[in-house]
Amino acid sequence: SRYYPTEDKPRKLRSRKTAFSKHKHSLRSSITPGTVLILVAGRHKGKRVVFLKQLDSGLLLVTGPFHLNGCPLRRINQIYTIATKTKLDISGVKLPERLNDKYFNRKQLKKPRHTEGEIFDTKKEVYTVSDERKEDQVAVDKQILDVIRKNKEKKLLFGYLGSMFSLGSRQYPHKMVF
Amino acid sequence: MVLSQFRFVEVGRVAYISYGPDAGKLAVIVDVIDQNRALVDGPCSGVSRKQMNFKALELTSIVMKIPRGLRPGNLRKAWEKQEVQKKWDSTTWAQKIANKKKRAQLTDFDRFKLMKAKQARNRLINVEFGKLRKTVKRPAPRLRKKKSVKK
Repeated sequence: SRYYPTEDKPRKLRSRKTAFSKHKHSLRSSITPGTVLILVAGRHKGKRVVFLKQLDSGLLLVTGPFHLNGCPLRRINQIYTIATKTKLDISGVKLPERLNDKYFNRKQLKKPRHTEGEIFDTKKEVYTVSDERKEDQVAVDKQILDVIRKNKEKKLLFGYLGSMFSLGSRQYPHKMVF
Repeated sequence: MVLSQFRFVEVGRVAYISYGPDAGKLAVIVDVIDQNRALVDGPCSGVSRKQMNFKALELTSIVMKIPRGLRPGNLRKAWEKQEVQKKWDSTTWAQKIANKKKRAQLTDFDRFKLMKAKQARNRLINVEFGKLRKTVKRPAPRLRKKKSVKK
């Protein structure tokens, strides 16, 4: 005798796994918009950057500003940052609306396809900065540099954001205030 | 060895408590119990009247004029009248402690500003030093005998 299921569509059992899009992303209370963060890992490690906002994926959107330390508009995970007590007032800064996770997703570069006659010398696609990135960088950085210029300690702030962080001897991070 | 170079344990000697729950506070030695312990009280610094081992007490240069066993209320009056806190704050010891505390609370930006300030100061010092160096007459450098090539 054949097995006939009682339901037309078998129900899936409840899984305790939630999709990434439904995850709740927390943000350290020490990180607020305008906080200067020290990047501790990655390409820009040691740099002091300005935190702009947290994106939907939970990653932080930061900018160098690019002119000061070469760090562009970028996403980073908050676990690779040290939040300092230095905060800029970026309440008046308007970020372009297109800055979201999709904007920052890695672009798939075309892999060189070997056609019949050309085994070697097929050009690899190199990453180039798109014009919209350059536009947004300039737009955001202009506002942030204006905020710094209004600050009383602007000369030192410019120097601060342009310099790199390092630990000296007898400097223990767990005993330091950032 | 002159006796006056020592700080003595005596009634009225103000001590800095170096460890324990009251570490960092000032207290007066009100009475001596035995070879190891003193009766200590710090009404204005939050130290309740208690016995303390001398090991935990670091004697300061401040001595109060109080009778032995002075009660806390009158001790507080004497402390305020004899301006113990003011005398303590003017000592280099207290200033060093305060500086250490300040350094520990410096933020990353403060440390950067401190570094820049130190650089600016050192530049000034080096400029002056360079000027002084030029004024000093230097002895003529001794000519070395050229080594003759032996055949």
